[in-house]
Amino acid sequence: MMSILQTRTCTTRKGIAFEVREQGEGPPLVFLHGLTGLLDEEPLIDALAENFHVYAPVWPGFGAEEGELAIEDMLDFTLHGLDVLDALEVDRPILVGHSFGGMIAAEMACLQNDRFDRVVLLSPFGLWIDADPIADAFATLAFDLPPMFFADPEAGQRVLAAGLDFSNNEALTNFMVANARRMGTAGKVLFPVPNRRVSKRLYRMTADALVVWGAEDKLIPPVYGSHWERALPSARSVEIPGAAHMLTCERPAEVAEAISKFLT
Amino acid sequence: MKFTWFNLCPWPHLPDNFREEHRSVWVDIPSELFDPEEGNRVYNTYLDQLEYADALGFDGIGVNEHHQNGYGLMPSPNLMAASLARRTSKAAICVIGNSIALYNPPIRVAEEFAMLDVISGGRLVAGFPVGSPMDTNFCYGQVPALLRDKYYEAHDLIMRAWQDPEPFAFDGKYNQLRYVNCWPRPIQKPHPPIYIPGGGSIETWDWCAENDYNYSYLSFSGYIAGKAMMDGYWERLDAMGKDLSPYRGAFAQIICVADSDEEAEELYAEHCLYFFNRCLHVAPQFSDPAGYRTVNTIKAGKLDQLRAENQKIFQNLTWKDLVEKGFVIAGSPDTVRERCEDMIRSLNVGHVFSLFHIGDMPDWKVRRSSKLFAEKVMPQLQDLWPDWKGDDRWWIKPYEDRVRGEATMPGGEQDARAHRIEDPNEEGVR
Repeated sequence: MMSILQTRTCTTRKGIAFEVREQGEGPPLVFLHGLTGLLDEEPLIDALAENFHVYAPVWPGFGAEEGELAIEDMLDFTLHGLDVLDALEVDRPILVGHSFGGMIAAEMACLQNDRFDRVVLLSPFGLWIDADPIADAFATLAFDLPPMFFADPEAGQRVLAAGLDFSNNEALTNFMVANARRMGTAGKVLFPVPNRRVSKRLYRMTADALVVWGAEDKLIPPVYGSHWERALPSARSVEIPGAAHMLTCERPAEVAEAISKFLT
Repeated sequence: MKFTWFNLCPWPHLPDNFREEHRSVWVDIPSELFDPEEGNRVYNTYLDQLEYADALGFDGIGVNEHHQNGYGLMPSPNLMAASLARRTSKAAICVIGNSIALYNPPIRVAEEFAMLDVISGGRLVAGFPVGSPMDTNFCYGQVPALLRDKYYEAHDLIMRAWQDPEPFAFDGKYNQLRYVNCWPRPIQKPHPPIYIPGGGSIETWDWCAENDYNYSYLSFSGYIAGKAMMDGYWERLDAMGKDLSPYRGAFAQIICVADSDEEAEELYAEHCLYFFNRCLHVAPQFSDPAGYRTVNTIKAGKLDQLRAENQKIFQNLTWKDLVEKGFVIAGSPDTVRERCEDMIRSLNVGHVFSLFHIGDMPDWKVRRSSKLFAEKVMPQLQDLWPDWKGDDRWWIKPYEDRVRGEATMPGGEQDARAHRIEDPNEEGVR
């Protein structure tokens, strides 16, 4: 593989340490991960790294670094995202956000609208339409998340509980702690209804946006692709067949192709 | 010892197939299962029973707060307490309690509790639960990871509102108030006794110890299973150099008294099984949302009473299990006295929240069991802690010359209907 791969720890101006995975060469592209955190295998990042220098920072609560206590609301997340770009010294990246990371990416692009020309939102949270309710991932046991997130639950199980020995109490506790930290942190902007009113701010987004949805998304119904397309000043949306909320894992090549078409 | 007669106020008509047909007794239980006209009878019966407990000589009568819950019909325990404040005059009125992070702004709790304390003549015991995830997160929409922080802020606001003699500005993260000025103020000084009901978060032990609040472990798993939790609390107190007065602790226990052990089973088994099999049927996905329990509590492995594992235990319980494992203390007065003493001594508690109304138990059985306990059991348990006699740090201090319920009831010396409707100043005004 052409890509170079390194993981390092940086610190924002605010003093929050974060891990970042870097891969590939080319123009800077920042990938903001979703609810499942940055997985060991991220095939979409691999694909994007063919053409870009991908920066994939880890959100507070999703990695080894602490720091989630300092992040309490939507503005905290948004400013942290911008602080991360500053810390990485990437001035005007292509911004790609998935799921919960997509929600923050949209906020970042509205708040600091002169910094971004191209934004890609992969099945983002952030809008709520009464007629199309989003499923409640918080009223779901950790072990029941794979069928909610993946078109193929068994493959999802292998991804989310990779190598977990259910008979090992300590491993199980660590899994429960990691899940509680991830979802607990995300809950600050997703619970109980994942809408922190970005819709009031979307008029500010000057970037061209691409909205990508897995056609089989059971968490956020794919109809939200068109809701976002209508709400954004300049956007188009595409659906990827055979993928659910975790389209980044399930159809990485097709997602990468849609992104590359959008960027050229 | 202090015994508080506690009523959860369950809906007594959950259908036989409730467990099969519905995923949870709490949060999304269909509201059509509640019949308002039958509810009229149920609420009034439950209030009557609480008043009866006062007449029987229980030290306290207790209510609590749940929402969207088929075994707890008290979204507002303060309404129940207000009624009891007027119709009783001796027992402590234990509201265990108000989930203070849910009140917007929480000064509402300071006000309502002060009203209850004043109306009852200084008989309020004030409970401040963090609240279950079902109530706080799923029914009332609080963010799990921020709930505890919001709770602490609400606590600070209420305690200051009760004690600060001047109006003050409160610049909180969750509450901003320019003029905090609690009207009325509670009778009990510096404030009513504070009870912190806990379900198993280890942070709560230190919190109670630091503030010298009573820690009340409210579990339905009985005293044998509850020992690990209470031991944890006493260990923390000891480590922090606090005295180990049993009155720092309270425990909730289901108790059934009959003339004999056999009669107890005959009279009460079906109602206890109704409670454990239907009332405690809570969907596990509502009992532990990410962020509700702290990382330290998860690591300590302290399981919430309603987690999936425990749910399975409840499903398969028989009467024999319930009694042997201490979920229920049941039997003749002698048996119950013996087991209560075992509970009290092994948990080192000075307060028992005694549950005599269980599940769908009819009124006459509730009264029979309560009366037998009050007459034949309670007197023999009252002096179990001679070394701590007179330790009233966690009990009410009523106002001696208070207005008493019996005086204001029809026929009483202050019966409003006996007063003449006549203005003594009438002529002067003209």
